[in-house]
Amino acid sequence: MTFRLTVNGRPRDVEGAWLGESLLYVLRERLGLPGSKNACEQGECGSCSVRLDDRLVCACLVLAAEAQGRSVATVEGLSAGDRTLTDVQQAFLDQGAVQCGFCTPGLVMSVHDLLDRNPAPDELELREAISGNLCRCTGYGRILAAARTVVERRAAATPERELP
Amino acid sequence: MTVTGERLRTGRGLGTSAARPDGVPKVSGTFGFSSDLHADGMVWGHVLRSPHPSARILGVDIGPALAMAGVHAVLTADDVPGTNGFGLEHADQPVFARDVVRFTGEAVAAVAADHPDTARRAAQAIVVHYEPVEPVVDPEAAIVAAPIHPDGNVFRHLVIRHGDIAAEGDVVVEGTYEVGMQDQAFMGPESGLAVPDDVGGVDLYMSTQWLHVDRDQVADCLGLAPEQVRLTLAGVGGAFGAREDVSMQVHICLLALHTGRPVKMVFSREESFLGHVHRHPARMHYRHHATRDGRLVKVEARMLLDGGAYASTSGPVLVNACCFAAGPYHVPNALIEGWAVRTNNPPCGAMRGFGAVQACFGHESQMDRLAAELGLDPVELRLRNAMRTGDCIPTGQVVSGAAPVAELIRTCAAAPLPALDPAPSPMSMPGGSGRAADAGRVRRGVGFAVGFKNLMYSAGFDDFSTARVRLDEGVATVTCAAAEVGQGFVTLAQQIVRDVLGVDEVVVAPAETMTIGSAGSTSASRQTWMSGGAVQGAALAVRARLEAGQTGPIEETYEHHHPPTFPLDDNGQGNAHVSYVFAAHRAVVDVDLDLGLVRVVEIATSQDVGRVLNPVQVVGQIEGGIAQGVGLAVMEEIVLDRGLVRNASFTDYLIPTALDMPTVTVAALIEEPEPGAPFGAKGVGEPPTISSSAAVAAAIRAATGLALPRIPVRPQDIALA
Repeated sequence: MTFRLTVNGRPRDVEGAWLGESLLYVLRERLGLPGSKNACEQGECGSCSVRLDDRLVCACLVLAAEAQGRSVATVEGLSAGDRTLTDVQQAFLDQGAVQCGFCTPGLVMSVHDLLDRNPAPDELELREAISGNLCRCTGYGRILAAARTVVERRAAATPERELP
Repeated sequence: MTVTGERLRTGRGLGTSAARPDGVPKVSGTFGFSSDLHADGMVWGHVLRSPHPSARILGVDIGPALAMAGVHAVLTADDVPGTNGFGLEHADQPVFARDVVRFTGEAVAAVAADHPDTARRAAQAIVVHYEPVEPVVDPEAAIVAAPIHPDGNVFRHLVIRHGDIAAEGDVVVEGTYEVGMQDQAFMGPESGLAVPDDVGGVDLYMSTQWLHVDRDQVADCLGLAPEQVRLTLAGVGGAFGAREDVSMQVHICLLALHTGRPVKMVFSREESFLGHVHRHPARMHYRHHATRDGRLVKVEARMLLDGGAYASTSGPVLVNACCFAAGPYHVPNALIEGWAVRTNNPPCGAMRGFGAVQACFGHESQMDRLAAELGLDPVELRLRNAMRTGDCIPTGQVVSGAAPVAELIRTCAAAPLPALDPAPSPMSMPGGSGRAADAGRVRRGVGFAVGFKNLMYSAGFDDFSTARVRLDEGVATVTCAAAEVGQGFVTLAQQIVRDVLGVDEVVVAPAETMTIGSAGSTSASRQTWMSGGAVQGAALAVRARLEAGQTGPIEETYEHHHPPTFPLDDNGQGNAHVSYVFAAHRAVVDVDLDLGLVRVVEIATSQDVGRVLNPVQVVGQIEGGIAQGVGLAVMEEIVLDRGLVRNASFTDYLIPTALDMPTVTVAALIEEPEPGAPFGAKGVGEPPTISSSAAVAAAIRAATGLALPRIPVRPQDIALA
């Protein structure tokens, strides 16, 4: 079957796909976007986290054909083509949150999603928000440190708003 | 969460938290993992696995699979041109089973097709006529059962007799302990790409821990010369021991040679659980003898490891379990006997800690039991017996390097305890988001454990490493086949060369088997010492030529060997090890007595590191290793039912999430330089996993008053006790 997806703001035609193919498979194998990872293919590990119309989803649990007419954002779209890193990506590097790196794209997407919704999460909110992303290398310590770093840097960069 | 003792030094040489060279591609999603590989014209491979733990194969009909549209090849044992067997120690595991299958998940056939789902369906279409056989699943019964393999059912039997084995103490405590089967559960599933050449050879791009030994095993099975198999490391999504053994390597190379096309294969998570070795389940019986004032007199131990269907590294794992069975203590007399046996359970082999994890749960459980019997504080008992430089382990080998055991115990025990939250959020109580706990029925417990193991391979194995450094126009290039699996060797290689040559730009070339010799395995906490030493040696040789006035490109290759070791003799005596590394852990847990749920609140640790070469990477290894130790203590176990794996998924095999993971407090990193080690540094990857499980179990015992002789501690072990 043939259909069109909007991925990272660009229209992408998918040709010759089988109906049962997941969004993850189509992104990775048909559209040349392997940044979203395949670690469990049943929605347990979060390695394939992408945004679908601004909601974080496991791309392995979404049928690619179902994503027609919706906006798909993957890790490849974060750096906006000019190879500058987002503040979340930079904080992951600064804090040593990357080891093997397989969970990293999904976690970067999760932290972005959390901080967009909640710019000042407390410790439990932070842990809860990334608890759908499994990491086997780091024990999460440096990842949590990276997320806190982003919160601090954003707060420092934002002038205090006047009270209404 | 805090990590005290962390130093974020700036700079890019040794001792700094230099940035990873693969960091930017990894956060951007552009790093090429083995499952991301693509080649024009490639087809997909899939393996058909045995659904039975033990069965005779009466016939295999590949016709229905071959007849399917899109199928390019279907291969069985008849298609293996070389040796139909592989294995790290003994080639006792068939590439494809021929007459019998010996575990659930054993490979029987492989398919190549134009779509991964076609390959999967074609594999299901192969008709295999099995005659199930009663499986041997009890490791004790296996010792005397009829052999389930021509090589017999005992992989290794070892006796260590040390000192006066008839010695007796004033006080004797005895216990039987068990450790369940843990999985490495790395995130990046097994995957690879094999590309045939025009003259019968193959290029293999693979995530692995030891390139050259993979190459040799593949070549042997394919009936090729080693140089006809050219292996390049593809991006590795974690390893932890599970990539030491061959998984799909032979299968995809065979499929590529048969189809004449590139063949890619990616394991599903279920296949990953079935398709790699696990940590050995252990049954351990201990008897500790001590004086009234708490000095160890003798340790007796019997260690039984279930190696599953094939040998893998069962022998060396058993050697470790026995060598370290008494713990990092001064033990004048010991009698230790161990067996690693073959059963129809899944094969077991290397996992972070390699035999020392199981032993540590045994000896530390015993030390607590002894402390209770003597009315002594568990920390004080450990201090009274702490091993020091100059003591020997039960094999008679003197520990000549750094052994700061007492300092580890003191600093770890002295870390401030976390405060009790008077009004805890339901999210921070046992059960977490399930909001199940009644605060009045939650009890806090504190437990302590110390462990140790060897660095590098042992018992006569010369696990050398090779590295080449080329300096050209102010840019240094390092070539080394050390497998980067996430631990950060690529960072360390840059740091070493920057320090030795004073250059800023250091390129780490891809790890491969074509232009450089073996680096040994990324295991046994050995790459910092072995490949770090090789890179240092090559860089020093380049520097010597620079200092002699040479201009133009300079290239030097260096092979780094550790001092020789020796096999154990008939009494288990001998200088089998190169060096040892130690760590201490203190666990604080909250336990819901009614539901048996455990929240691990904090792990404090002190670790013997020799020298910190990259502070952030050291902390990353400590936190990550503790996560695996916590997992083994409270949730991780491959559940077997008469040889069938019941939980081969991340839905059913649970590993710690960010909510499960405790605060980690690094109380001390003890920097006592190790004699003979490059830079004085010890490997840091395994110690965090060795004693953290035992500390958590001890803390749960303290909270509940239960004996809890088995890990993982399951809710029913507490709630139904």
